[in-house]
Amino acid sequence: MATLNVLILVCLSYVVFLFAIAFAADRAALHGRGTWLHSPLIYTLSLSIYCTAWTFYGAVGFAARSGLEYLTIYLGPTLVMIGWWWTLRKMVRIGRSQRITSIADLISSRYGKSNTLAVFVTILAVVGTTPYIALQLQSVTLSFATFAEADLTSTSLPNRQSTAFLVAVGLALFTILFGTRNLDVNERHHGVVMAIALEAVVKLFALLAVGVFVVWGLAGGVEQTLERINASEIARWEVPTSRWIGLTMLSAAAFLCLPRMFQVMVVENENEGHLRTAAWAFPAYLMLMSLFVVPIAAVGLDVLPQGSNPDLFVLTLPLNAGRDGLAILSFLGGFSSATSMVIVAAIALSTMVSNHVVMPIWLHLTGGTAVVSGDVRNVALLARRLSIAGIVLLGYLYLQLSGGGTALAAIGLVSFAGVAQFLPALMGGLVWRGATRLGALCGLGVGFAVWMYCLFLPSFGSSSILPQTLFDHGLFGMSWLRPQALFGVEGMDQVVHAVMWSMLLNTASFVFVSLVSFPKPVERLQGAQFVNVFQHSATAGSWSGGLAQSEDLMIMSQRILGAPEAQAFFAAAAQRQGLAGYLPEPSPDFLQELERELSGSVGAATAHAMISQIVGGATVSVEDLMAVADETAQIMEYSNQLEAKSQEQARTARQLREANEKLTQLSVQKDGFLSQISHELRTPMTSIRAFSEILRDTEDLSPEEQSKYSSIIHDEAIRLTRLLDDLLDLSVLENGQVVLNEHKGCLEDLLDRAVAITGGGAGNFAIRREKSAEQVVLLTDLDRLAQVFINLIANARKYCDADRPELTIKTSQKADRLLVDFTDNGSGIPTDQQTVIFEKFSRIGQTKAGGAGLGLAICREIMARLGGGIDYLPGQRGASFRVTLPLNSQNATQ
Amino acid sequence: MKSKSGPVFLERRTYRRRRMIDAARLLPVLGIILVSIPLLWNGTPDPHTRTTYAMFYLFVVWIILVALSAIISRYLGPNESDEQSLGDR
Repeated sequence: MATLNVLILVCLSYVVFLFAIAFAADRAALHGRGTWLHSPLIYTLSLSIYCTAWTFYGAVGFAARSGLEYLTIYLGPTLVMIGWWWTLRKMVRIGRSQRITSIADLISSRYGKSNTLAVFVTILAVVGTTPYIALQLQSVTLSFATFAEADLTSTSLPNRQSTAFLVAVGLALFTILFGTRNLDVNERHHGVVMAIALEAVVKLFALLAVGVFVVWGLAGGVEQTLERINASEIARWEVPTSRWIGLTMLSAAAFLCLPRMFQVMVVENENEGHLRTAAWAFPAYLMLMSLFVVPIAAVGLDVLPQGSNPDLFVLTLPLNAGRDGLAILSFLGGFSSATSMVIVAAIALSTMVSNHVVMPIWLHLTGGTAVVSGDVRNVALLARRLSIAGIVLLGYLYLQLSGGGTALAAIGLVSFAGVAQFLPALMGGLVWRGATRLGALCGLGVGFAVWMYCLFLPSFGSSSILPQTLFDHGLFGMSWLRPQALFGVEGMDQVVHAVMWSMLLNTASFVFVSLVSFPKPVERLQGAQFVNVFQHSATAGSWSGGLAQSEDLMIMSQRILGAPEAQAFFAAAAQRQGLAGYLPEPSPDFLQELERELSGSVGAATAHAMISQIVGGATVSVEDLMAVADETAQIMEYSNQLEAKSQEQARTARQLREANEKLTQLSVQKDGFLSQISHELRTPMTSIRAFSEILRDTEDLSPEEQSKYSSIIHDEAIRLTRLLDDLLDLSVLENGQVVLNEHKGCLEDLLDRAVAITGGGAGNFAIRREKSAEQVVLLTDLDRLAQVFINLIANARKYCDADRPELTIKTSQKADRLLVDFTDNGSGIPTDQQTVIFEKFSRIGQTKAGGAGLGLAICREIMARLGGGIDYLPGQRGASFRVTLPLNSQNATQ
Repeated sequence: MKSKSGPVFLERRTYRRRRMIDAARLLPVLGIILVSIPLLWNGTPDPHTRTTYAMFYLFVVWIILVALSAIISRYLGPNESDEQSLGDR
């Protein structure tokens, strides 16, 4: 009989061997040796962590219970692998180009680098994977116990709990040693991958060996084996359609979504070309793994006593036949399956936990930026090591709490269904640019909740966590909410039921929320990069250095990588560039290398941000661009405002200039007027004085002379009076003290009067009027209006310099205003004078007539009082004035 | 997605490669169909629908799929020269 001590010895040497292999592989990779490490074969073998102890031992139990149904677990991944061109190729390309470190990283990157999403995926992954780790620990414990029971020499059975605990500690130790040994270059772990590949060979070899022994050793050949299968209780082909399809789909989905599969398939991938080999080699591996399962199950059912655990047939059959060597090999196979799964799962989960949960919290607490004090590398390493220990410990605790037993055996599919919830967000993100962060969050949340309610919690058995009444009557007594008959769907297989509802509701809410929500710019950019990854460059954007300061980079790297490592790295780079010392030129190659080095420690995005901070924005993130765009928009708005202001100022300045021009002109006019008025006043005064002196001093004046001189004095006095009257009139008008005497009158009569007073068409002065248009009745101060007309006609008479002077008076109505135009055929008024003619004291040049320059000013004031206006009409081939009067007063009287 | 259309006639090798990509895409469809066929045997009272027959059928299908996948992968080759332009077409 097999001795337990031999088993323990073999087991320990196997573990030591694994350590040695992993160590050697790490060393080889470190020194750049061992190209075989990068072969597609190793990649394919590392994928075999899909086959855990659950499949190694459990597949036979599965087959013993329900025939060929166990094949679905292998057929799903086979279909995914041979369809690699559809999805895996894209996933691997994205993983490489975006420097993805885990499935949580991939999903969060796709949806705008959302950490919320990453945390959520991490939690879901931990919840889904922990029972699975417990299952592995249980399988090792069980197989060990089986050996112990069969060993008659051992007096006392080893404590199962202590076995599980020792295995857990050993696994955690191995994972910490080789999984967090090198915190760099894209999260690749050569030692671990090598150990896994070796374990893959061991478990395949062990299962094939047991299979060969069973078929040719126990059954006595292929024929006899087939007969035994036909005679056994699993002889009939009776696989429920829903389970066959449902489980195949589920395993295919889980194959893509399991964190550990993602780790080996995408993160540890060295070369996209390896997928081509794995596309056929991995299905072949799976085929071989499942080849002897049914024969072993059938023979086991036949040979072994009733009631023996079919899950352990792989182990108990050789033991029963006394083949201790084979049994030990079989044990090693199961051990390999269990350990490789736990190691990779722990690495994958610890990466997620430390990158998305611990590091953000730590950076937040320390207010960390690119130049945090202390050694980020140590924190990252510590976080990862603690996470590994924590995750393995969680698995162990779960095993203790659930008490092992059959509840745990079913957890494989439950766990698959849990991680399959990532599928809609993952695949949707890869092929659909419209998928949004909110949609992914909702889909994951709904899927997770349904999975929890319908599968995970009930898996502990009815009335353990969920009360029995819930199963019978549903949540809140609503029977359509029964966890195993959601929406009244009864009689379905529990797993298929839960998978169907969770995936349906997950996908539906993901699609619906994506359709109605609006993504942020970062999300849209990332979406485009993910969906069209083959159109973008194969590698991530390179640095255009030159601006970077090597010393600053060195200071930062020392803090993250540790001083000696950073110095060695920099010195090596400098040497490659042919430079002495520690500081290499910041070439794009070097920067990219450095970024990759740093991204292993602090995550790709952080590393990128840190370098871009120092390099000085040779490559900027979308957030940076958006911030820049915001600033630019602000500056543009500001400059627009400035422009508007400066335009306003220019306008004001122009107005001021015009006003100034006017003032200057007025000043000149005023000076001219003052001299004029003094002249005007002086002339009559002088003649009045002179003639009054003659009258006083001359004794003998004839009465004719006397009357002549007196009349001169009188005339001059009248002229003075008129001048003063005008001034007074203007002053009164300007001060608004005038009282209007409104009367009704006809425009024609008014014009007749004005023409008559000014002398009518006397001399060669012609006045042309259109009397028919003048039949307008007005209600206004007729005398004042007549004064305006008289002034205008007299002006024309006085100033028109044409050979045959002619004045046209044209009356028209426009809207509710009456327009009377006085246009002569003279040379008109020069443009520079037009603005000042209505001002007081303004006189056009030094023309022949000697007015005081008050007439038009008075006219303007009068018209303003009458509610109308008077303007100069330019461009009429002569001086032209337009008198405007409101017509409403006329309407009112009609 | 892409508005620019490629040339109508391709070099013989490129043409072959593209057909191989088509094959790679169709292979999982073939696999799904072949794997689903045993479901049609459900419920028939035929004594031949034994586990052993189904097992033989499924493993033969499996081997065929592996072989086809290997052939296609071989022909797809490592030349990535036209991969860029191929994209998802």
